[in-house]
Amino acid sequence: MSIKARATGALLAAILSTTAFHGAFAADDTIKVGILHSLSGTMAISETTLKDAMLMLIDEQNKKGGLLGKKLEAVVVDPASDWPLFAEKARELISVDKVSAVFGCWTSVSRKSVLPVFEELNSILFYPVQYEGEESQRNVFYTGAAPNQQAIPAVDYLMENEGVERWVLAGTDYVYPRTTNKILEAYLKSKGVAAEDIMVNYTPFGHSDWQTIVSDIKKFGSAGKKTAVVSTINGDANVPFYKELANQGVKAEDIPVVAFSVGEEELAGLDTGPLVGHLAAWNYFESVDNPANAEFIKTWKAFTKNDKRVTNDPMEAHYIGFNMWLKAVEKAGTTDTDAVLDAMIGVSVPNLSGGYSTMMPNHHITKPVLIGEIQADGQFETVWQTPGLVAGDEWSDYLPDSKDLIADWRKPMECGNFNVASGKCGGKGS
Amino acid sequence: MHARLIHHFLQCLLIAICVTVTMLATDLKAADGLRAMVDALGGGNFQQNQKQVEALAGTGDPKVVPALEALAAGDLYQRKADGVVFIVRPAGGNFTLVDALTGEAGGEVPKAALEKIKVNNGLRRAIRSALGGLTLMSPDAGVRLKAASTILRAPSADALEGLDAALAAEKDGAVKAVLEQARAASVLVSNRPADEKKAAVATVVKTGGREALSLLSAALSSADESLRPDIEAGIDQIEDQLALWAAGQNIWYGLSLGSVLLLAAIGLAITFGVMGIINMAHGEMVMLGAYTTFVVQQVIRTSFPGLFDWSLAIALPLAFLVTGAVGLVIERGIIRFLYGRPLETLLSTWGVSLILQQAVRSIFGPTNQEVGNPSWMSGAFELGGLTITWNRMWIIVFSLAVFASLLFLLKKTPMGLQMRAVTQNRRMAASMGIRTPWIDALTFALGSGIAGIAGVALSQIDNVSPNLGQGYIIDSFMVVVFGGVGNLWGTLVGAFTLGILNKVLEPYAGAVLGKILVLVLIILFIQKRPRGLFALKGRAVEA
Repeated sequence: MSIKARATGALLAAILSTTAFHGAFAADDTIKVGILHSLSGTMAISETTLKDAMLMLIDEQNKKGGLLGKKLEAVVVDPASDWPLFAEKARELISVDKVSAVFGCWTSVSRKSVLPVFEELNSILFYPVQYEGEESQRNVFYTGAAPNQQAIPAVDYLMENEGVERWVLAGTDYVYPRTTNKILEAYLKSKGVAAEDIMVNYTPFGHSDWQTIVSDIKKFGSAGKKTAVVSTINGDANVPFYKELANQGVKAEDIPVVAFSVGEEELAGLDTGPLVGHLAAWNYFESVDNPANAEFIKTWKAFTKNDKRVTNDPMEAHYIGFNMWLKAVEKAGTTDTDAVLDAMIGVSVPNLSGGYSTMMPNHHITKPVLIGEIQADGQFETVWQTPGLVAGDEWSDYLPDSKDLIADWRKPMECGNFNVASGKCGGKGS
Repeated sequence: MHARLIHHFLQCLLIAICVTVTMLATDLKAADGLRAMVDALGGGNFQQNQKQVEALAGTGDPKVVPALEALAAGDLYQRKADGVVFIVRPAGGNFTLVDALTGEAGGEVPKAALEKIKVNNGLRRAIRSALGGLTLMSPDAGVRLKAASTILRAPSADALEGLDAALAAEKDGAVKAVLEQARAASVLVSNRPADEKKAAVATVVKTGGREALSLLSAALSSADESLRPDIEAGIDQIEDQLALWAAGQNIWYGLSLGSVLLLAAIGLAITFGVMGIINMAHGEMVMLGAYTTFVVQQVIRTSFPGLFDWSLAIALPLAFLVTGAVGLVIERGIIRFLYGRPLETLLSTWGVSLILQQAVRSIFGPTNQEVGNPSWMSGAFELGGLTITWNRMWIIVFSLAVFASLLFLLKKTPMGLQMRAVTQNRRMAASMGIRTPWIDALTFALGSGIAGIAGVALSQIDNVSPNLGQGYIIDSFMVVVFGGVGNLWGTLVGAFTLGILNKVLEPYAGAVLGKILVLVLIILFIQKRPRGLFALKGRAVEA
């Protein structure tokens, strides 16, 4: 009963909010950009920020004169953290609102739910969040990190700089942590880590009682070898996890925790004093010191009229994705999907960590990888960074059924899962 | 003539100044060496600084302690203009400079004129062990104890010399004991002869605990043959002890989870258990209580920083009033029209919960809000082999206190009597002159208010976000139904049973499967006893 009631409620809320956003705009001389982020429900905590970031980027571009001589117009819908609703809303954006591109989704399951829609209606989606890889779609551009742009460099850092020999892979029980941990486990074993030195642990969404797990981690860490925790714990579960770590006295100097889903936004709800030194791996930190980032932060604070709002990695991914799309549209001279898809590959725009990001033929981008330590003020301080840019690898080399696959959307290959061993397009995921 | 005299005098003066300065310089030569070493921290990379910290520790000079402490805390900065390193204290938008060695306060400079000396975990570790060595001879017994335990946690052969000296000088028994343990641990990692190590193994085994286990496991891999049996026996002994404590620890975790469930469910035990209202907005009452705590802390942070440790005590009555008032409005505005229609009540309270969530999201934003732990709720203490965190312990105490006062209210006060009368036989109660609608409203407000104060406690361990309540609503219903609808004692026993069951299963089945198993067990239990653990008997059931 309650689930049904929940779905109905969410649907009602979504219908209400979308009708409120529609209506007012109907001009034909604008280019429409769809924003598909949850503004209510469990994911609202992360996705609302991205909606605001997109509105800011569009606003800024309009101040600069828009695109192809037309103003940009944002169409915001609320898929309400409800995965099937994502598909419905995507369809509505593309066929009813006729948007030229969509920026959206956070969880992998929401992305998977909209994929068929983008394929069928031939539109473009920019997906800004780090994800598990094992996918490359013609209509999707992945501006977040693939596992080799986040997880693997983080593990390398811990192995080389901290001398870690024992690993706890802790994650929330869904597709991203499971796949990432599978890749990491294979990677660690390829580096000679024994199976008994790896502990894998999964917890439900929103897990709030971490006592047993933190004490298990302490126990696992007392085998006389340097131990670290690689955390793919998602969203809300992080705050109680870090609180428990702090209270049980797990210090970063003894057992560091490196997280892939904890950014400035998540830390905003925490007293980070006892957490100083725990790590996160991202492609961007708000603390990165360069003029482009300073400008971005200033604009963001002015746009949100809130001095305390922080910036984070997925926002930067949207920044890169949006600028890439602008450039590709200018290059193609049209917003027509096929032309833009062709023009996108090879487009290069500045990122906020002080370099350029390029769209690769596999629809992933090049980014630097940064390792940061949590500071007492809730920011990260970069302690290590890849010397150059890392290109996103969609099919992991460490999983047996994907190591032979590559994606290349240039003509004549135009394939998202080309098997180099058999020489045929259409491996896993087809 | 006159001019020449002045010239001569000036010359003399200059020479005099030069001489004095040189003399001072010789005096300060040692300090200069230290200063140069501290200044060298600026501009180095992590590896270089780690070496530099080790060098500073090597001087054995306690003067460098404040600088090292500041470096670990991220308060050590380098002046961009001349590369001098200072400890800084924030002063508004600027920094007050403090001399790194003498501790003398200097002027204020803007933040941009300074560059922070970065620290990472490796550097922090180096500083920690450096400080351990440097503060072993501190006049303060507390500092010495801390230094000794630091070395115990990260022993090194280099520390042995300092430890021996400290042991010889130590008078305080407690510190001496830890010093001996630290010495044994350091001997274990040194290349001292085997017989000395043998004694050390015995001491470490006697110390017990996780850290000793870790030390012994590490030593085992490099130990020579004669030591191995000793170490292995020691490891077995400690592991046996730990296994025993682990069982106790699981029960404690279970009690703690049970207390959280009890807090979440106890308000529902009134609204659902006593009144029979399926209140889907119960979780949002908990959330409102947590947000009240946030607002109280926000006000305290900005206006009365000294009162922070009292923030929860201040938030409790406020949360009770706020959520109680919201409950009153919900009952008067919606629920009173729906008595006896459970399905409509369920849907409308569900709607209320969505409205409340979105309202909070609109006012405070969708992101988590920071609710701090007062100092008396932070950290943990050791009880034998148990690690007991203060926040969990106080929550257990608090949940029991709430339960006891609620029981008292229901059983011993006129208001409680009327509440029970109304729920047991409404018409009879009305005939006796009780204003039943008013009692209904008050009962619902009471249930909501208690959910609110539960929110104050839960804000200490969970996210304060608009979704806070969602995580507790299912569990609350589970506890109330399992314990027996309409019975407060059932809720208490139900909460702790489920908590302990969950935590005993978790180490074997994992968190995900553990939760599923608990649900399956409850379903089976409800099949057998549909009215829960403590079923109400008699007329109330029929009504």
